[in-house]
Amino acid sequence: MSRRDIQLDDQGRLRHFLTTEGLPRDLLERILDTAASFTGVIEKSIKTVPLLRGRTVMNLFFEASTRTRTTFELAAKRLSADVLNLDMGSSSAVKGESLLDTLRNLEAMQCDMFVVRHADSGAAHFIAEHVGDDVAVVNAGDGRHAHPTQAMLDMYTIRRHKGDFEPLRVAIVGDILHSRVARSQIHALNGLGAGEVRVVAPRTLLPRDVERLGVHVYHEIEAGLRDVDVVITLRLQRERMQGALLPSEQEYYQLYGISRERLALAAPDAIVMHPGPINRGVEIESAVADGPHSVILNQVTNGIAVRMAVMSMCLEGRGSRAEEDE
Amino acid sequence: MSASVHIRGGRVLCPAQGIDRSTDVFVGDGRILALGEPPEGFHAGRTLDARGLLVLPGLVDLGTNLREPGARHKADIVSELRAAAASGITTVCASPATRPAVDNTAVLELVQGQAHKAGASRLVPLGALTAGLDGEHLSQMAALKRAGCVAVSDGGQPVANTLVLRRALEYAATHDLPVMVTPQDPDLTRGSSMHEGWMATRLGIAGIPVAAETVALARTLALVEETGARVHFMRLSSTRGAELVARARRDGLPVSADVAMHQLFLTEMDASGYSTTANVLPPLRGERDRAALRQAVADGVIQAVCSDHQPHDADAKAVPFVAAEPGVSGLDTLLALALRLEDEGALPLLTAVERVTSGPAALLGLPGGTLRPGAPADICLVDPRAPWWVTPEALFSRGRNTPFGGWELTGRVRHTLVDGTPVYPEETAPA
Repeated sequence: MSRRDIQLDDQGRLRHFLTTEGLPRDLLERILDTAASFTGVIEKSIKTVPLLRGRTVMNLFFEASTRTRTTFELAAKRLSADVLNLDMGSSSAVKGESLLDTLRNLEAMQCDMFVVRHADSGAAHFIAEHVGDDVAVVNAGDGRHAHPTQAMLDMYTIRRHKGDFEPLRVAIVGDILHSRVARSQIHALNGLGAGEVRVVAPRTLLPRDVERLGVHVYHEIEAGLRDVDVVITLRLQRERMQGALLPSEQEYYQLYGISRERLALAAPDAIVMHPGPINRGVEIESAVADGPHSVILNQVTNGIAVRMAVMSMCLEGRGSRAEEDE
Repeated sequence: MSASVHIRGGRVLCPAQGIDRSTDVFVGDGRILALGEPPEGFHAGRTLDARGLLVLPGLVDLGTNLREPGARHKADIVSELRAAAASGITTVCASPATRPAVDNTAVLELVQGQAHKAGASRLVPLGALTAGLDGEHLSQMAALKRAGCVAVSDGGQPVANTLVLRRALEYAATHDLPVMVTPQDPDLTRGSSMHEGWMATRLGIAGIPVAAETVALARTLALVEETGARVHFMRLSSTRGAELVARARRDGLPVSADVAMHQLFLTEMDASGYSTTANVLPPLRGERDRAALRQAVADGVIQAVCSDHQPHDADAKAVPFVAAEPGVSGLDTLLALALRLEDEGALPLLTAVERVTSGPAALLGLPGGTLRPGAPADICLVDPRAPWWVTPEALFSRGRNTPFGGWELTGRVRHTLVDGTPVYPEETAPA
């Protein structure tokens, strides 16, 4: 068994969606194309398609996130699936039941898909390795490792505004070290053939050997933003001040905050993105977040279409568990 | 008292005597009597046909966790000493990191009693360096020594406070006890069990830098210079770490070092796919580190290779990587991997055997690890060509957590003797 292929079946179709790393370009593009077809659905007055009728999707959030969970829930409902939300933070996981035991119990409920958010890197892989063959796992964020649907919605947003990835220079600014979003974006951008991917951060917020992910490293924001077509700024978690990673939010903003003057160094038609929620005045100036270059609000809308695409592709070609039992 | 044994026709390897030749071994009264010709009046109570086999001193393992007392759901002294016997390891140096820790004679007596019950390999107890391994108070080292401890150890829980470490070294030196130290800076290690490198970055796991090892080594070496204490560094993991130890030894400091066998075969790449069997401390590092550690073993900068045996129950590893308990079940694979070091051209066979027999024995002044006449008859007969597939189920240890699952190794133990008595296979000996 090759662990590398855990996401794909024999025909190269998506079985699970755990990471954007190593996915072939045509599959990444198909996710974006499928999302585009669903955007039409969402914008019409009839907001559902029957693709996942009779299927059950379970949202397993071991780490709280109302926003992400809600978009997954909406996406599943628009595909006509039944949705169960389990807030694992207040459930058996806290009472010391092992993840494996929890999983066994939930599998008995005959779900077709688990959407998993967990604080441990690798948790979604772990679950995908241990569920039965007929359950698909979608990673909704695991530790620092991956947040592939977020990355794909960012790719979707970029493609809508910029078209082709090949000529693009993209700068990701901020806490790369702790960011699952950044890792997934880097893999997706490289997988889609983006011209250049940059990361911009102080050394304390960059993981070791990060350039081997296929990025150019910048410590100075002015150099990092020069001539880029896309600026992605990451949320700065408050707890980073505690671990002696940064002296203060003020200093961070002075050195890495996306201000209008700095944005002027980028290409004239550059877009500015942020996975949200925004700390105004910490990683981004309000005037930029609300300004003409910002596509931050579009990102939220696109999230539903991309999650619909991933969910339907993971269950494509699989029989529904409920039907099999009849 | 055990019967006399004639081990006939094997290839006898005894690094302590520089012997590698086909010859016979004669055993009586639990000791090696002679090599080559039988002593006068020798009458074999039992003959072992060793043709086609290697006859080695029983292996001496400096790093094992037997889990008793305190974690018998993982393993126990009887199970692991029997697994050691089946693996050709006749001397097991047991870590004091139990619950309660081996920091007083009551716990020590319990451990020794269980070892006696096992009727298998011999257990050499290591005492705790600090009370409860808390890193704050000295243990009763003098009493522990009187009761049989040959060294004191931090049990894999490094002493964070430099003043306490200094005092512990001074006190141990007062009692002429070697101190076994884990070179690991706790602040640089906390919360992780993966090398800070490319794999950790890819998998989104906090990394442990090489500096976690070098900072701790440098600190301890400075204290060795001042105190003159005899220090053994447990489980090196890096090129730079081995260089620091090499330099200290050149400078004449009384220090030695060992490495876990898995560090000579695996790297950070083995954690790919979040494989929890590769979750170990110190972490598996890069390919260059692995090569440098092999070289350090070859050069004698590292004098001992150990199993770093840490048997676990299935639950400890059936979790996401970061939540898994570190450590491998290493007894079963120690000998076959030592032979493989020769196959891969890393070491001459005699040196490979030395690092798991007389090398570690000499570090702690133990009587085993040699086939010299007069030494305890701790002997292992191995078929060096017998292949076997490593599977968790095939392990004698109760810990199934091997990172070598799926490897094909060669070298199976056929007989193990401790004090001249067969301890493996468990059999009713023919008269």
